[in-house]
Amino acid sequence: MVYENPDGVKIGLEVHVQLNKLNTKLFCCCSTDYHDSEPNTHVCPVCLGLPGSLPVINEKAVEFAIKIGLALNCSIVEQTQFHRKNYYYPDLPKGFQTTQYDYPIAGNGKIIIEGEDGEHLVGITRAHMEEDPGRLQHIGSIDRSKGTLINYNRSGMTLIEIVSEPDMRSPKEARRYLDKLRSILDYLDVFDGDLEGAMRVDANVSVFGGERVEVKNISSFKGAERALLYEIMRQKNHIRRGGEITMETRHFDEARGVTISMRTKEEEHDYRYFPEPDLVPLRVADRVPKVRETLPELPDAKKERFMKEYGLADTHARALTTEIKVAEFYEEVASKVDPKTAAVWVSDILKGELNYRDLTIDAFTVEDIVAIIELITGNKITEQSGIEIIRTVLDHGGRPMDIVNEKGLLKVEDDIVATAVEEAINENPEAVADYLGGKEKSLNFLVGKVMQKTKGRADAREAREKLIAKLKE
Amino acid sequence: MTAWTDISGIRHKIADSSAEEVTASYIEKIGKSRINGFTRVSEEALNTAREIDANGHNGPLAGVPIAIKENISTKGLSTTCSSKILEGYVPPYDAHVIEKLKEAGAVILGKTNMDEFAMGTSTESSYYGPTFNPWDIERVPGGSSGGSAAVVASDEAPISLGSDTGGSVRCPAAFCGVVGLKPTYGCISRYGLISYANSLEQIGPLATNVADIAALMDVVAGYDNRDSTSINRENNYSDALEDDVKGMKIGVPEEYFGEGIDTRVEKATWDAISNFEDMGATYEKISLPYTKYALASYYIIAMSEASSNLARFDGTRYGFRANGDNWHDMASKTRAEGFGDEVKRRILLGTYALSAGYHDKYYLKALKVRTLVKKDFNKALENVDVLMGPTMPTPAFRIGEKIEDPLSLYLSDINTVPINLAGVPSISVPCGFADGMPVGLQIIGKHFDENTIIRAAYSFEQNTDHHTRRPPEVE
Repeated sequence: MVYENPDGVKIGLEVHVQLNKLNTKLFCCCSTDYHDSEPNTHVCPVCLGLPGSLPVINEKAVEFAIKIGLALNCSIVEQTQFHRKNYYYPDLPKGFQTTQYDYPIAGNGKIIIEGEDGEHLVGITRAHMEEDPGRLQHIGSIDRSKGTLINYNRSGMTLIEIVSEPDMRSPKEARRYLDKLRSILDYLDVFDGDLEGAMRVDANVSVFGGERVEVKNISSFKGAERALLYEIMRQKNHIRRGGEITMETRHFDEARGVTISMRTKEEEHDYRYFPEPDLVPLRVADRVPKVRETLPELPDAKKERFMKEYGLADTHARALTTEIKVAEFYEEVASKVDPKTAAVWVSDILKGELNYRDLTIDAFTVEDIVAIIELITGNKITEQSGIEIIRTVLDHGGRPMDIVNEKGLLKVEDDIVATAVEEAINENPEAVADYLGGKEKSLNFLVGKVMQKTKGRADAREAREKLIAKLKE
Repeated sequence: MTAWTDISGIRHKIADSSAEEVTASYIEKIGKSRINGFTRVSEEALNTAREIDANGHNGPLAGVPIAIKENISTKGLSTTCSSKILEGYVPPYDAHVIEKLKEAGAVILGKTNMDEFAMGTSTESSYYGPTFNPWDIERVPGGSSGGSAAVVASDEAPISLGSDTGGSVRCPAAFCGVVGLKPTYGCISRYGLISYANSLEQIGPLATNVADIAALMDVVAGYDNRDSTSINRENNYSDALEDDVKGMKIGVPEEYFGEGIDTRVEKATWDAISNFEDMGATYEKISLPYTKYALASYYIIAMSEASSNLARFDGTRYGFRANGDNWHDMASKTRAEGFGDEVKRRILLGTYALSAGYHDKYYLKALKVRTLVKKDFNKALENVDVLMGPTMPTPAFRIGEKIEDPLSLYLSDINTVPINLAGVPSISVPCGFADGMPVGLQIIGKHFDENTIIRAAYSFEQNTDHHTRRPPEVE
C-alpha cells in the first residue's frame, strides 16, 4: 500500500533541543541546574551579556552536538563557526543570538520513521548549536499584566536546532518524527526531555505544492499534531474559497487550537548574520572518531537485535525499544524469564498500566515483574491475578508475594480442577458434542482427561459433577 | 626641566615616603587639572595605597598609580565608555588586565576620558566633554584614548591603559608626546574591554618612556582562557630593553607619506630614520599597495561589528533608560537619547553594511580587502625587521576643527588602521615637534614580535632627547 498524500501535504520541522544534561552553559561556567531555582541566580557577566564579557565554547557541548549529528546519520563538518543573529528582544541580553549559519556542525542526515505506509525516510537538513535566550514572565495573565519580568537563568543554555527536510506528509508522520527524535536523543543521554522547554518545535507546512507557512510556539508533540491538523485544514479551506497561500509566520494558540498570523514575508527580520569575532573557528573533524566510539546502540539497531536475539515480533520489538529505559528494563527481565513471555508482560501489560497512570518504567522494578511472570508460568496464579498484582503495586505499593498472600491469589486445588475441566472441554469438542447429543459415555472420556491433567489429584466424582455443571452452562 | 616620573622614580618616592603620599599627590594634581583627562577618580585609590603601605607588596607595580580608560571594566568603579547610555553602570567584575594590575600591586587611580565608545580620533565626542592637549589646550589630545595619553603627558598619572581599534592608543600618544603600544591581536586578553570592533582592538599601555611600556606589558599581557582570541605564549618584554639596532633592517612604506601629510611631520620622521641609520640600522623604501583600500575596509568592518556590539545597550538591564510606552518604545528612545551622533552614525552605517543585499558588496568585500592588507604586511616583513613611518600625518589639530567633518577625521587614521587590520604590533614614540606640537614615530613589527619594536623604540629613546621635553602645563 502506498500513501497517496491526497492534499500534497509537505511538513518540515525545526526542533530546538535543550542539552540540559550538560553541567554548564554553552559559553560560560554557569550551572544548568536552574529549574528549581530563584530567577536570575544562575547568571554571570557572560550569559547576562554584560559589557566587556566574552564567550568561551563549552567543549562538552561540542561533543554532544557531534554525538547527535552522528546519531541522525549526518556528516560532521570539518570546521565549524559561530555567527551572530542580530535582533532586538528583551530576553536576548546581547541584542544578538550566537548561533551557527553557513557552517553548522552537522548536516545532510536522515532518520527512519513509521510512516503512513510503512518505513519512511525523513531527511535532516542540518543540526546546529546556539544559545537559548532568557525567559519573559508576565505578572498575571498576558493581556492584563502589569509588567514583565525577565529571568536569565535559561540564557546561554545550549540548544541544538535540528532542521528536517519537508519530508513528512501528514500530522501523524510529524508526530512520529518527533517521537523518533525524542527516542534517539534519550538514547544519547544528552538531555532530559521531561524538563520544561527541553524540546520546542516550529513547523513549516504547505499543501498542493504551494508556499510554506511557518507555525511557531508549539510546546508539545500533541500540540504539533493539532497545530498541523488545523493549519492544513485552514490552508485547504482558504484555497477552496479561491484564496492564495503566501509565505508567512503564524502563531499557534494552544488554548484555542488555532494558528494566528504573526508576520508576512515582507515583515521578516533581516538578521544581518556575520561571523562572531569573539569565537575562533573550531576544528571538529578530528574529534569525530572518538565521539563515534561513545555512541550507544540506537533504537533501530536495538529493535533489529531484539527481533533476532529474542525472537520478538516487529511490533513488540519496536514498542520495547522506543524508550531506552524500557529497553534496558526488558533486557533484564528477558535474562531471567522466557523472553517472549517477558515481551508480552512488559510491552503489552505493564506499559499499558503505566501509561494509564501516566507513569514511567521507573515506577516498577525488574524483580517484581520477574516474580509475577514466574508465578504465572509456574501455574501458581492466573494471568488475571498477575494483572491485579501489577495494579496493586502501582496504586498501593507492596511486594508481589505479599500481595498474593494478602489477597489469597494462589490457585487452590479447586482452581486446578476447574482449570482442568475447562481445558478438557475446550480441547475435546467432539466428545462434548457427543455428550450433548446424548452419548452419556462420552462423559467418562472427559473425566479421564481431567484426571490426566490434574495428575490424579482430582476426585473423580467431583470432576464428573464439575464437568456436568460446566457443560450445562 | 624636571625629568618625567617613571615607574622606578615612583617606586623610589614610595620608598622615601609612602604609597599613600604618592597617590595623594596625584589625586591633588588631578583636582587642579585643566585638561579634563580623568572622568572620575577612584574612591578606593587611597585605601589601596594605604593597604600596600600597611601590608607591603612584592608586585612589580606595588603602589604605582595607573589611569584606566573608560571602556575597561573595573569592579565597583563606573565604566561608561564616555557615553550617556552607560551612565551609572558599575561593572560587577574586573577586566583581565585589571586583575593583573591589582595582583601586581598597582593602584587604580581613576578612569580616563575617551571618544564615546572609542569611536573617534580626538576625544571630542565624549559625553563628559573634550579632553584638552596639555601641550596646547586649544588642541585635541588625539583619540580615542585621549584621556589616557593626556593624563600621562601632564603627569597626572605615570602610566595608563588605553585601547586601540584603529590607532586609538598610538594617535593620542603621538599627539601628546608619550609612548603608546598597540600589541599583536591576541596578546592581551580583551575580557572586560567593552567592545567597539572586537576583531580589531587590543588594550595597549601608555607611558612616558619605553621601559615603562615593557614593564606594563610584563604585567598585563598573557593568556586568559576567558578570551577565545587570546594566544598562549610566554614572553618577557623587559628583556627587549637593549640599546642595539645594529644591522636592523627598516622598511619605510611610501604610502605613509601620501597626500595630506604635514611637511614638518614628514621631516621629523625622516630625521628619526636618519638617527636609526646613525645607530647602525639600514632602511629601504617599500610599498604596501593595499593601504589605499585599508581605510574603507577598516571602517566597514569596525562599523559592522559595532552595530552588533552596541545592540545590548537598550536600557533594560543597566545604564541610562528613557521612558517609553512599551519595551520597544523604551529601547528606541533610550538609544536615541543615550548615544551621541558619531556612535549613531557608525551603528547606522554598520547596520546598512550587514543588511541583506548589501552584505556581500560591503562587509564581505571589506573582509577580502583585509586579507590583502594582511598579505601586504606579511610580505613586507619577510624582508625587513620593522616598518617605520609617521604615526599621524599631522600634529594635533584644533578642537572643533574636524569634528563636524567626519570624513576628514576618518582620513587622519590612514597610517594607523592598516596595522589593526593586519593584527601586527606597533609602537608610537616621540620623534620631534611640529609647530610646537609633538610628532610620533610609528614602529611596526611582525606578529608577536613586540620585542623587536620595543628594542628599536628603546634604542631611539636612548640616543635622542625628544621624550625628555615636557608640556608647558606640567612645567
